[in-house]
Amino acid sequence: MTTATLAIRHRLAERGVDPQLLLLVPATVFVVVLFVYPFCYGIAVSLQPAQGGALAAYRAFFTDAYQRDTIGTTLAIALPAALFNVLAAVPIAYRMRGRFRGKRLLTTVLVVPITLGTVLTAEGLLNFLGPTGWFNRFLLTLGLVDQPVTLTHNYWGVFFSLVITGFPFAFLLVLSYLSGIDPSLERAAATLGAGWAQRFFRITLPLLAPGLATTFCLTFVLAFSVFPSAILVGDPSGSTRVISIAAYEAAYVHYDYAAASAAAIIMGAVELVVISVVLGLRSLLYTGSTAGGKG
Amino acid sequence: MSRRIVARPGAWVVWGLVVIFFVGLAGVIGSVLVNSFGVRWFDTWLPEAFTTRWYGQAWTDFTLLPVLTVTLVVCLLVAGISVLVGVPAAYVLARRKFPGSRLLYLLFLLPILMPPITYGIPLATVLYKYGLAGHLSGVVLANLVPSVPFVILTMTPFIEQIDPAVERAARMCGARTRHVFTSILAPLLVPGILAASILVVVRTVGMFELTFLTAGPDSQTLVVALFYSMSAAGIRAQQSVDAMAVIYCVMMLILLVVALRFVNPTQLVARVKEDPE
Repeated sequence: MTTATLAIRHRLAERGVDPQLLLLVPATVFVVVLFVYPFCYGIAVSLQPAQGGALAAYRAFFTDAYQRDTIGTTLAIALPAALFNVLAAVPIAYRMRGRFRGKRLLTTVLVVPITLGTVLTAEGLLNFLGPTGWFNRFLLTLGLVDQPVTLTHNYWGVFFSLVITGFPFAFLLVLSYLSGIDPSLERAAATLGAGWAQRFFRITLPLLAPGLATTFCLTFVLAFSVFPSAILVGDPSGSTRVISIAAYEAAYVHYDYAAASAAAIIMGAVELVVISVVLGLRSLLYTGSTAGGKG
Repeated sequence: MSRRIVARPGAWVVWGLVVIFFVGLAGVIGSVLVNSFGVRWFDTWLPEAFTTRWYGQAWTDFTLLPVLTVTLVVCLLVAGISVLVGVPAAYVLARRKFPGSRLLYLLFLLPILMPPITYGIPLATVLYKYGLAGHLSGVVLANLVPSVPFVILTMTPFIEQIDPAVERAARMCGARTRHVFTSILAPLLVPGILAASILVVVRTVGMFELTFLTAGPDSQTLVVALFYSMSAAGIRAQQSVDAMAVIYCVMMLILLVVALRFVNPTQLVARVKEDPE
């Protein structure tokens, strides 16, 4: 090896670049070939519709109210569902962060919904909340309602299925962020005379907020891809016609790949906008250690 | 100190929420379970009689054996490849800072932050173009997209927990990177790798969109077969769909209980040391 190449290697190594980085190559190639390239290909396809100019597919999407409204429908399902899951998880996780008997059992039971899968959840919701299901039967027996309540094949069916699959996930994340906060901080506040509400809102919540933002993002991603449950328990041609159904129909029913790619890109863009707003707000919050003491 | 039984109203609200959730959950699971054993169930609290024939019917009607084989093969391939590709990358990302490392991390984060269907449709188009979709290879490739980053993100904290001094000592003794990997890191990382690969298997069994978009008639996994049997309502008896959903759920439950033996679910996202009992 010549001294020149040795010198270059040495200078690169000082900046942290050396042959060990080659270990990254397979993973990077995978992500580039299977994620970045298809995405760019999709953008290119969406810009080459059969007729019209480069933006015709996007123009068609935004001028057709039936397609355009799917964005609002998706957000109207995903945002409240994600928000509900995160907000419901906080008080429950707050109660459960200590040690108590049966904690492991409770966490295991909470993990069960993850194993259900959308199809079993959908079947279960149809059976349980349907017009002759146990839930309506119970309400009718108690005399709370005169007629069965319609909770399936509409917005609520999809919302419940998102809660069943999303809540355990949000709960596990919030619980792990909460257990990362040093309890001695709260104890210190308690000795200074802070009440329950003061301890929660002035110490725990600010420390938890960045974790909540991350949890919200991940739950939102789950809720944003409601495709199977929107079809099975929802009303896929009306109130729960989400954008993924529009994209799927364009690709596999009409074989219009330009329109399908355009819908998929628009979906990704809307989702990334929401995520970056949340993460942008998160960066305004405290981001240091939550472990107390040195940190 | 005696235990306080009387709780504050806040606690009652919280536990009430938990109870409502569990009652709803029990109702959802219970009604599927009861229906999968029921003979006929119309306007009554419980079916007229109970039978196990729906399970036998689900097994033959849906040709479950090949479907389960496909599911198993896809999961093992996806888990194996993503561990082989992901662990070395996680190692470098956990240990090193280099120009562009944050950018690379973001690149690996993106497939997890995007709903599968947004990249699934373009990916399926590309895979169809190269004749890979509709076969097992297409399903495996599509499922690798979120799995490789998932392995990287779950393995990075595991690797950070290993003291770099151990590796430095091995290097001082003349071990090369390959040796450090095979005889030092691999044994220490076995629990982490097992946890990550079981979680990848769980995710792959449950991954609907990517498999749905890329599978052909003989490369369907269990979720996709279930979806087709349910959305083609009227062709199959609802009870046999329910029986199949129960089979799916039991399979996932076994996988998850195995996974929980290796990992504490709350430690996956944040590195929290649980105090010893």
